[in-house]
Amino acid sequence: MIRLENVTTTFGKGQELFTAVKDVTLDIQAGSIHGIIGFSGAGKSTLLRNINLLQRPTSGQVFVDGVELTGLSEGDLRKQRHDIGMIFQHFNLLNNRTAQQNVELNLKFAGVPKKERRERALEALSIVDLADKASAYPGQLSGGQKQRISIARALVTEPKVLLCDEPTSAVDPRTTTSVLQYLSDINASLGITTVIVTHEMNVIKAIADKVSVMEDGAVVEEFALTSLQDPSFEPITPIGRYLISDDITLNRQPKQANNLAANVARV
Amino acid sequence: MNFTSVVLATSNGSAAAFSLDRIIELAPEIWVAMAQTFAMLLVAIPIAILLGTPLGIWLYSMSPNGLRPRPKLHRVVDGLVNTIRSFPFLILLIAIIPFTRFVVGTTIGTAAVIVPLTINAIPYFARFVEQNISQLGNGVVEAAQAMGATRGQIIREVLLVEAKPALLSSITIMTVSFISYSAMAGLVGGGGIGDFAIRYGYYRYETGVMLLAIVLMILLVHAVQFIGTRLSRAADKR
Repeated sequence: MIRLENVTTTFGKGQELFTAVKDVTLDIQAGSIHGIIGFSGAGKSTLLRNINLLQRPTSGQVFVDGVELTGLSEGDLRKQRHDIGMIFQHFNLLNNRTAQQNVELNLKFAGVPKKERRERALEALSIVDLADKASAYPGQLSGGQKQRISIARALVTEPKVLLCDEPTSAVDPRTTTSVLQYLSDINASLGITTVIVTHEMNVIKAIADKVSVMEDGAVVEEFALTSLQDPSFEPITPIGRYLISDDITLNRQPKQANNLAANVARV
Repeated sequence: MNFTSVVLATSNGSAAAFSLDRIIELAPEIWVAMAQTFAMLLVAIPIAILLGTPLGIWLYSMSPNGLRPRPKLHRVVDGLVNTIRSFPFLILLIAIIPFTRFVVGTTIGTAAVIVPLTINAIPYFARFVEQNISQLGNGVVEAAQAMGATRGQIIREVLLVEAKPALLSSITIMTVSFISYSAMAGLVGGGGIGDFAIRYGYYRYETGVMLLAIVLMILLVHAVQFIGTRLSRAADKR
């Protein structure tokens, strides 16, 4: 469904040239949930933006559903984008529009007639169980609810692909589970190919079919999540191994009992 | 004239100031002055909004981080806006007299002062628009781009909607500023309540009449601010 061929994205020029994405080739199966994981600055968000050309690659080709997006005119690209939904870490909802108006806006951009918009927006809101919040403004909703509204907004045009840029990084752990559950259900019931960028391995473990590990702009390895069930499986790269362990290991110094006692005494 | 005589004269004027008769006598003139002030604002401010908004959007769009960056052209127009903005209003009023004559056919009276007021207000408001829009951040623009919105749709359906509360506040600030600018209209016989205060209070030492005019201006400013704040707050759904 999604194919990236030798995609490279650089920012700046001359001395300040920075390569965010380095020669990435990637194939994402239709109907799958594909994770992209890496540390901050690994280039994973840029790579995701390369898929809908929110960030146009410096070189390489991007195909979505057989169409080469990198070869399209601006107008044709806009049309293709109606088939590619996207959600963001900070939701990016319009504060001065209600939940329903936010969802309807996507249909308006897609040229859907007014009569149809209302009905379809409410339908999308009911998929994320927020039909009752249709007339609420984002400011009146919790972070999890805002993300669900943004999911409804992305889904309302019935896209083939859903791009998720750190969708759970701004919400608490319980909300994370709920947001992921919706994404998983939607993937299962509607068959939307989902790409999810995150720095949290537990998100990947919970939802993804396959994961690409990024480091310094390159995809350094890729594996199916089912392989984690095999006890002998081990990622090839150190970063891959580090990420799947996902435990926080500190080098804790022994407590200095005397100092502690002294401090307590002083208090 | 020495300082003492000014003070004396002023206090003499003050003595007459509280005579209601004088104020009743001048009432028709005060009404005319108020009407002139309203006329200036009601023409200059809407035109400034009508023309300043696209100019502000344009400045935002063509800026290096805008929707359609055109850095060189942006620099030229940006400089032009700064130039007009840096003219003291009194000087602008005189400097564009030929243009004023071309537009309204006269260089004196209320109509003549509306032209420089408007010329001053357009870049003034354009800056507000530019700033209010750029402060929205890139998030909503990116979301709209990802949804396949055109530049026009992003401006109309996203930026102007999100900036509306800030724009209403800006219109309020502009209106208050221009009540003050309109006081200089007297220089070209433009009238208005500010000019009235200067003529009677400042030139003729009728302190009481001046105070009344100033109170009227204060009330006008308060009313504008009150309405503006209300509208802005009602539009703000954050």
